[in-house]
Amino acid sequence: MRMPDPDAGIIARRDDLVARLRAIVPDGVVDDADGRRPYETDALTAYRQMPLVVVLPTSTAQVAAVLRACWEMGVKVVPRGAGTGLSGGALPLADGVLLGLSRLNRILDIDFQNRTVTCQPGVTNLAISHAVAHEGFYYAPDPSSQIACTIGGNIAENSGGVHCLKYGLTTNNVLGLELVTMEGEVLRLGGKHLDPEGYDLMGVLTGSEGLLGVVTEVTVRILPKPETARAVLLGFPTSEQAGLAVAAIIGRGIIPGGMEMMDRFAIKAAEEFCHPGYPLDVEALLIVELDGPAREVDHMVELVVEIANGQGAVTARTSADEAERLRFWAGRKAAFPATGRISPDYLCMDGTIPRKALPRVLHAMKEMETEFGLRCANVFHAGDGNLHPLILFDANNPGELERAEAFGAAILRLCVEVGGVLTGEHGVGVEKRDLMTEQFGEADLAQQQRLKCAFDPKQLLNPGKVFPVLHRCAELGKLHVRGGALPFPDIPRF
Amino acid sequence: MATFTPETDAQVLDAVRWALDKTEPLELVGRGSKRGLGRPVQAPHRLDLSGLAGIVAYEPEELVLTARAGTDLGEVAAALNEKGQAFAFEPPDLGPLLGAPAWTATLGGMVGAGWAGPRRLKAGSVRDHLLGFEAVSGRGEAFKAGGRVVKNVTGYDLPKLAAGSFGTLVALTSVTLKVLPAPQTGRTLLLEGLDDAQGIAALSLALGGPAEVSGAAHLPAGIAVTGKPDGVAVTALRLEGVAPSVEYRLEGLKARLPGASRLLGPEETMEFWRALRDVHPFVEQRERPVWRLSVPPSDGAAVAARLGKVAPGADWYFDWGGGLIWAALPAGPALAREVRGCIGRGGGHATLVRAPAADRAADPFHPQPPALAALSARVKDQFDPKHILNPGRLHSPAAEPVAGVR
Repeated sequence: MRMPDPDAGIIARRDDLVARLRAIVPDGVVDDADGRRPYETDALTAYRQMPLVVVLPTSTAQVAAVLRACWEMGVKVVPRGAGTGLSGGALPLADGVLLGLSRLNRILDIDFQNRTVTCQPGVTNLAISHAVAHEGFYYAPDPSSQIACTIGGNIAENSGGVHCLKYGLTTNNVLGLELVTMEGEVLRLGGKHLDPEGYDLMGVLTGSEGLLGVVTEVTVRILPKPETARAVLLGFPTSEQAGLAVAAIIGRGIIPGGMEMMDRFAIKAAEEFCHPGYPLDVEALLIVELDGPAREVDHMVELVVEIANGQGAVTARTSADEAERLRFWAGRKAAFPATGRISPDYLCMDGTIPRKALPRVLHAMKEMETEFGLRCANVFHAGDGNLHPLILFDANNPGELERAEAFGAAILRLCVEVGGVLTGEHGVGVEKRDLMTEQFGEADLAQQQRLKCAFDPKQLLNPGKVFPVLHRCAELGKLHVRGGALPFPDIPRF
Repeated sequence: MATFTPETDAQVLDAVRWALDKTEPLELVGRGSKRGLGRPVQAPHRLDLSGLAGIVAYEPEELVLTARAGTDLGEVAAALNEKGQAFAFEPPDLGPLLGAPAWTATLGGMVGAGWAGPRRLKAGSVRDHLLGFEAVSGRGEAFKAGGRVVKNVTGYDLPKLAAGSFGTLVALTSVTLKVLPAPQTGRTLLLEGLDDAQGIAALSLALGGPAEVSGAAHLPAGIAVTGKPDGVAVTALRLEGVAPSVEYRLEGLKARLPGASRLLGPEETMEFWRALRDVHPFVEQRERPVWRLSVPPSDGAAVAARLGKVAPGADWYFDWGGGLIWAALPAGPALAREVRGCIGRGGGHATLVRAPAADRAADPFHPQPPALAALSARVKDQFDPKHILNPGRLHSPAAEPVAGVR
């Protein structure tokens, strides 16, 4: 993975930089090798890089001063939340400051009347739900890493989770942000009211993977917990039938709280890992969760089972109580670690496809297993077509990582080819950076990069992520002058 | 003055490039239903996008619709309705309020304005449902953004910027939106006789429970709307979904809100919320300036009370659980400074929706703090460096820095 060439001049001025940072955050600068080591990678562990220095501020003012200092010195900055990102968005730079936001970890305001929570970016996703549970509320987006991942990181990645089919991604649940620009300017976007008064800058900030600004405060909306939730386990002899059942459920106007699919390999791995009681004689398993008012849930459960039977389901089990519902989910939520137990290493892909393309893509992935000589387990958010193929490999075998990466790239190319996208919720980061040209043309990417120029003209914030080629803002801003003849003169005008 | 009426994306590109070369701005219009909203654009030429019409792809089972930007919103609504689906954000028809005919909106105009109806508080706004677009930037380049699937985090979420940009960043040529099953039925529970603060407190109590309220409005006694008894304030809560679920939740809601006095059936419910969505209470009195304020719901009653002081004779009603205030001032000046001064420390913004063009030439959209305004201007410059697309539609040109070609 090629990253921007380190600037030897910056590295030579490291002592100056450390002194300047220490003056801003006296107790939060880590410059020794042992202290920096834990920051050398995020959850995309295939890539590692020791940062030049780590700084851990505790206030917006400190974040602003750190960014201002880096801006003045021309030093690059990589922001980091909990480091649970799967696409390498927090991969450090050899000549860059790693800006860790974990110490900004306070909940500032809980407002049940307006149904909002305001907190600092280092608060974990689950902590928000815990803080409001006593009043029967929760924060809806629930990425699998929710016990560890932070709300700031969720903003950067626009994180999803199994319930985003019904409740939306992070972007649909954020009301306000405090943002520090690379120049150290503090801006407030949104608040406890709905919709912006101008351009939706909060909307583009969310999911910008730390390239546009550093978030120092977040206001999210919280929701009353659904009255009840029940999960249905549905086993199918073929994945095609499972795919058709998914389409039929949506086609009947049902939007489940979550709708997950696992293939035989993933079912077996999960069953051996935590014994959720999955059927082992099926090719595909669907977990459909219905949540809401009890009577509606009961009605929908019946409907879903009826639809599934119509598509040839051979297993249909509905959770009888909360313990059983959680057991159904335990296997799905443990799919990654369960796979990790079987294989020394795995790569997790994240493409999204139109649901109708599911049989074709599953079939093609089977053929790719032969082509690349590697196994692939499949779990995915079937309701919204978000695939998570897990490619199993052993990094100790020479060439296997490269082969796994080639396999992953082939899957993502196929996702784009069938009308889908490279990433549904994990982000581009460094992992999918060089595949961006599969989905976007030159003009599309240039316009995205111009947006960055409005926020960070020196391109110091997290460079080398998301975009395969770094262009200077001056170059991106050039206008092409053309003739000036009146266009299409054959059509009427007044 | 030239008016371009392109029928192909390539012709849109040609028109924008021509304007760019001449540095002679274009006013972007669809069918003009919201032309009376915001700052009047002073542009020598017009780019009429209503010829870019037609649904390109509607896949009900994928919950996705792609259509060209000039497609008639009514045509799209009918196509969705045929499959039992709808835009969940309930786009308003502001034509009559703004003095234009009803149902003349285009899909591109809907996206450009970015406004949603009563279901905003549960289902989100246009921004939450715009999955992708194709457009021509003010740089004279055709490009695409987003995608055609509901879950996508690949690259910057430019559709968020396009929604609500009022044609000042790009000329949209086609848009892809998420669609959802339409509610099968709806009922509305009414409480009578509460003042603004009590009404909003009741809305808040309902929204804090499991009833899945999809509309939460409070109408003071003086507001006249279909389904509402005259001369008495009503606090209204809408429940939608499949019939057994609606009935079940209704019982729960009644228990939570003792004193609920009336119930609107499915037909009445549809008419009542449509009237609030399209601001029917203020359509007729044309000479009265109309404001739209978005504030934290708990501030709603206090903001409205201050409004009554700075503009005696003003009328208002609340939607979005108290967070959206529609207000009509007495005939006369728009009182921008006074109205905006009513917004408290909890924040929010106020938009002058209906007023004579001269009043809208000031700042119909809420002015931003300088640093935020400067960032917004830099964003505009990256899409439209020579300000040829709807210049001054959002803010007066004086507030927009002169475009340096970067």
